[in-house]
Amino acid sequence: MLTILLQRLAQMAFVMFGISVMVFLIFFATPGSDPAARIAGKNAAPETLAAVRHDFGLDQSLPVQYAVMMKKLFVTGDLVSFVNRGLKVVPAIVEATPVTLSLVFGAALLWVAGGLAIGIAAAAFRGRLIDRLLMILSLTGVAIPVFWLGEMTNLLSQNRLHDTLFFSWVPALGYVPFAEDPLGWFKALLLPWFTLALGFIGLYGRVLRASIVEIYQEDFIRTARAKGLSESRILLRHALRMSLVPFVTMFGLDFGALVGGGALMTEVVFGLNGVGKLTYDSLQSLDLPVIMASVLYASFFVVVANALVDIAYLMLDPRIRSN
Amino acid sequence: MPRDAAKTTGNPSAGGAEGFRPGERQPASTDLALQEEMLDPPAPSPWVSAFRSLLRDRAAVCAAAVLMIIIGASVLAPAYARFVAGVDPFSSNLEGEILLNGESVPVLQPSTEGLGLGVIPIGPTWQVNGYFLGADEQGRDVMARLLYGGRATLLIGGLATALTLTLAAAIGITAGFFGGWIDQVLSRILDILWAFPIYLLAISLSIVLLTARIEIGPFVIDSGSLVIPIAIIGIIYVPYVARPIRGQVLALRRSEFVMAAIGLGVPSHRILLRDILPNVVTTLIVFVPLMMALNISTETALSFLSLGVQSPGASWGTIIRDGQSLLYSRPWVSTAPGLVIIVTIVALNILGDGVRDAFDSRSKLRP
Repeated sequence: MLTILLQRLAQMAFVMFGISVMVFLIFFATPGSDPAARIAGKNAAPETLAAVRHDFGLDQSLPVQYAVMMKKLFVTGDLVSFVNRGLKVVPAIVEATPVTLSLVFGAALLWVAGGLAIGIAAAAFRGRLIDRLLMILSLTGVAIPVFWLGEMTNLLSQNRLHDTLFFSWVPALGYVPFAEDPLGWFKALLLPWFTLALGFIGLYGRVLRASIVEIYQEDFIRTARAKGLSESRILLRHALRMSLVPFVTMFGLDFGALVGGGALMTEVVFGLNGVGKLTYDSLQSLDLPVIMASVLYASFFVVVANALVDIAYLMLDPRIRSN
Repeated sequence: MPRDAAKTTGNPSAGGAEGFRPGERQPASTDLALQEEMLDPPAPSPWVSAFRSLLRDRAAVCAAAVLMIIIGASVLAPAYARFVAGVDPFSSNLEGEILLNGESVPVLQPSTEGLGLGVIPIGPTWQVNGYFLGADEQGRDVMARLLYGGRATLLIGGLATALTLTLAAAIGITAGFFGGWIDQVLSRILDILWAFPIYLLAISLSIVLLTARIEIGPFVIDSGSLVIPIAIIGIIYVPYVARPIRGQVLALRRSEFVMAAIGLGVPSHRILLRDILPNVVTTLIVFVPLMMALNISTETALSFLSLGVQSPGASWGTIIRDGQSLLYSRPWVSTAPGLVIIVTIVALNILGDGVRDAFDSRSKLRP
């Protein structure tokens, strides 16, 4: 058990190192991506280019540049933006994190509840009309691009139906900190939560239904039936319980991926200044340090989430543990 | 890794003995000629029976028909633009006028809202002979761009799928069959790629590649070329396919017929070609529609962030982006491509379920 844990941690460290090297190489060593040219602007004189190169430390060898970059990111935390030299990257990310977390937490609650409800209902009525309808609806939910859904939500709630009873409560786009105004925070995030959650509700509903239906073919379900247990008890106590293992795994991975940049589209469409929006904005100005830092932080978050899921899995499933 | 682990625990038999699968070579070719008179007519080949069961799946056939219509419409985009609507979907048309109900109407009208600055493009005319869905901010016909956008989106989705599957098959088979340090190296690379948040990886690559003009030997890739989104989308999903294939090849490697072939001294390349590949091909086929759906949604998302297809080119994602500033005045510009994306992805998923049931009836894969 301990060896597996240590192995997993070593693997995590290796993957993090690999990702940081990869991100660094993508931005600083890809043919055609000359950061100095980006900073100096188009058609800069060679002297300017050289000066910029020296100024930003881009004339040093790649390993040195990598080490300096990592030191600035993780040790001293004083990496500054190329575009706006007063902007410190690490505090900007720290400031944006609560917005992303608020968005993803709320959406996660919605999609777990919705996914459970749809998966259980469809499995209970499997093969019947309700099941088919729920599955078609879930599939449509999965297929809707989240940025498009966000735009349509804005179209209705901010414009077309804003003056009707349904949407007159909707505030203007943007984030309201929870500490300032809890109700305003809730109002500002309610529609983004639903927008982000819809696709996941469909996905989780489908996955849960499939795994419940598969488990219904196992022997212990037949045993439970033979014991004379009620159908609902078999579904909720026996089948659902077993199906929750993949459900929890998926949840861990998706949650990590969303905090680590997956919520970017939703943040952009609803004007929420989270980490994704920060990445997007720096994308528009090609501000490499900000992009790099947010990509790195996000990937590390995803790696840690993956490792936690694996460890949780290890704890939950005796078959893996004894292996 | 967790997703694989989920699969193996959900289906303990996945790594064990392999039963008969479509496309699988039978190890011993017994001479059936003598017994033929007594036996039933030979069973159809696994390919034929898979296709037959796919054809019996009504939902899958309907989905395939819908996809055919969408593909056909996209292929005919130039014909529509030139002969039906008579517009150029890629150059702006700021001064143009069209005939509407016998009146001449400018394509871009001065805005009446707010300060009266700016222009509002013409809304949907609902007439096929021009501006069926209206115009965008540059006076370009949205319907024609939607059809052309389908070309780009479907082309990128298709070619990226082909790239993903080719790379994944090569990596998965090599890692699974040869094992040892080759497997270690390839698996670690896949680990890194897998842990990378997909959109951030795509965004990082796009930023760097799209703005640059790349010269690799004699090949020059201009910025804005479709090759770049195809390569990016094709690469980021390789681990999703390569990992299950590696697992499958590992199991095949231990199966009796491969052991027998090795024991008989059959050279590796022949075993790979005759014994391993036919089994892997069915897995790859199961992945095709689902990867298409995934790639199309990735492409539209990247294009929406202006990191995919570049202006003045069109894809379903870029049109949604173009429509963003017109959302409240001309909502159809953004709405229409979104609806088409939804229909396409739903159809691909239904077809994908059908293909999986037909080719992988024991449902070992749950991509």
